Amino acid sequence: MRLWKKFKNSYALYSFLRDPVAMGSFIILSVLALSAFGAPIIAPHNPYDTTTINIMDAELPPVWQEDADPSFLLGTDAQGRDMLSTMLYGMRVSLVIGIGATMLQAIIGIILGLISGYRGGKIDSFLMRMADVQLSFSTLMVAIFLSAIFQALFGVAAFERLAIPFLVLVIGIAEWPQYARTVRASVLAEKKKEYVEAARVIGLPSRRIMWRHILPNTLSPILVLSTVQVAHAILSEAALSFLGLGMPITKPSLGSLINSGFDYIFSGSWWITLFPGFLLVLLILVINLLGDFVQDVLNPKLYKG
Amino acid sequence: MAQHPLLQVQDLVVKFRLRFGDLTALNGINFTLAPGERMGLVGESGAGKSVAGFSIINLISKPGFIASGRVLFEGEEISSYPLEHMRDIRGNRISMIFQDPMMTLNPVLTIGTQMVETILAHSKVSTAHAREIALEKLAKVYISSPGKRLGQYPHELSGGMRQRVVIAISLLTNPSLIIADEPTTALDVTIQAEVMALLLELCKNERMGLILITHDLGVVSQVTEKIAVMYAGRIVEQGPTKNIITSPKHPYTQGLIKALPQAENTGRRLYQIPGMMPNLTSIPPGCAFHPRCDQAMPMCRDHTPVLCTLEPGLTQVACHLYGTSKEKA
Repeated sequence: MRLWKKFKNSYALYSFLRDPVAMGSFIILSVLALSAFGAPIIAPHNPYDTTTINIMDAELPPVWQEDADPSFLLGTDAQGRDMLSTMLYGMRVSLVIGIGATMLQAIIGIILGLISGYRGGKIDSFLMRMADVQLSFSTLMVAIFLSAIFQALFGVAAFERLAIPFLVLVIGIAEWPQYARTVRASVLAEKKKEYVEAARVIGLPSRRIMWRHILPNTLSPILVLSTVQVAHAILSEAALSFLGLGMPITKPSLGSLINSGFDYIFSGSWWITLFPGFLLVLLILVINLLGDFVQDVLNPKLYKG
Repeated sequence: MAQHPLLQVQDLVVKFRLRFGDLTALNGINFTLAPGERMGLVGESGAGKSVAGFSIINLISKPGFIASGRVLFEGEEISSYPLEHMRDIRGNRISMIFQDPMMTLNPVLTIGTQMVETILAHSKVSTAHAREIALEKLAKVYISSPGKRLGQYPHELSGGMRQRVVIAISLLTNPSLIIADEPTTALDVTIQAEVMALLLELCKNERMGLILITHDLGVVSQVTEKIAVMYAGRIVEQGPTKNIITSPKHPYTQGLIKALPQAENTGRRLYQIPGMMPNLTSIPPGCAFHPRCDQAMPMCRDHTPVLCTLEPGLTQVACHLYGTSKEKA
């Protein structure tokens, strides 16, 4: 009750209610996320259930065109799966990978960034050079390399089963330096403040100072970065899937849907590629817009052009 | 225990390791503090007052280190304690109060969290018991409705209130010595007096020793029993507060006191010591004060005066005016 009251009077809510872009983005994102995670309930068909798929329904156009089947609102893909349902399931996969990978990045990055910034010296140099090395490989390159090795070692079947955790791992590992650098920079700034000195004077052990005193003060840049990184991770996954290295077509994400439709775009079945493409753009756009809003709220001093 | 003084600082030399060599920030500091005694460390900015404070608890920031000398606390040489051991002393038996209460309290933790944490770091008590101690100490510094304050964040309190909280935090573990580094500089003048009065009262009631680091002689004269005046990393004069305020011996101390606004010269321009405190990288040879001194003699340029007792038990001064023995520069 008290928390709710505090929230009701907060600056964040105040500025949120006066920012139509943020509100719109939030509503769209909520609808998208709800329908993605509620896909098994909402979706008219189950694209994972091969017994319900009829190849005769393949490449049916959306309902407002000729030769459409009214039970497939946005048409069907090349295997006869309902586009709408497949997209909802696909968005769920994309979101899970995006959020999972960002969490992994955050965990690795925050731990290493905190140690690096607080300890300084040789540990700092070592960790930051490691981050530099990691950043000099592009995410895609790392992912292509690792998934090629994985598929060669364990076979394509194993890859299809483990695709989601694998992609989370690859994207998570490839992008941790973003977090590590951000956290380190704010730790360096916070470390000079007197409350850290005071905590040392009180006699607190350094581990406690790091986690309890410094980390909470670096949360706002972490939060801002997280919104960007979720969008980024979803895009990375989509790009990998588009290249055929991500989610298999039996369990498609938005990226692999776009890819699968690409072959049919010249035969006139534009909807297989276009609809998931639009959905992906919309998803990334609202996440980024919300990220901008979060940044404005957390850094009120930032110049708003 | 009783025969040991609370704190003895002997020939303390603190240096900062810089690229072009070592910089001496403290050059042979000596003083002794009896249990429950209150001492003022006075001097201009850059005289080494704060470094002296920090070196007592061995927390000089990075390139700084104790080059020689000893710090004895209740007879134990704490300047050579390893880090683990030192942590039991810091905040436990010696606590420190800083200049700006806004900066010393962590902005994202509640007052209660920060207080409880301090207690738990030093004694094995339950969280509930720690909260009780926190409440008791908050009441001691006259904070109204302490129960409510525990749940508040530092930004919800006023400046004076925050400094009271900081003082309460320093009291949590019943220390026998408090080092207060310009505790009232960041406060409003009306609150300054209140906070100083509070500190004085607490020290008297609890028989705590106090080292008050400040540039404000007015504050020092009200609170402390003795004063050490610092200039360019040395103590140039020390003695009972009354003697130093009424009959300062060292020309620097005289200058400091003349620079205070006083009732008898209302409306006139305040005295100002000419020149500036020398940069520590280029301390003049001989007596460091001689370029600014209006009573400088030729010998001041070549010989560094040492601290000598003029009258037993009273003021010690390092100045050639009083015919003290010379030390090679």
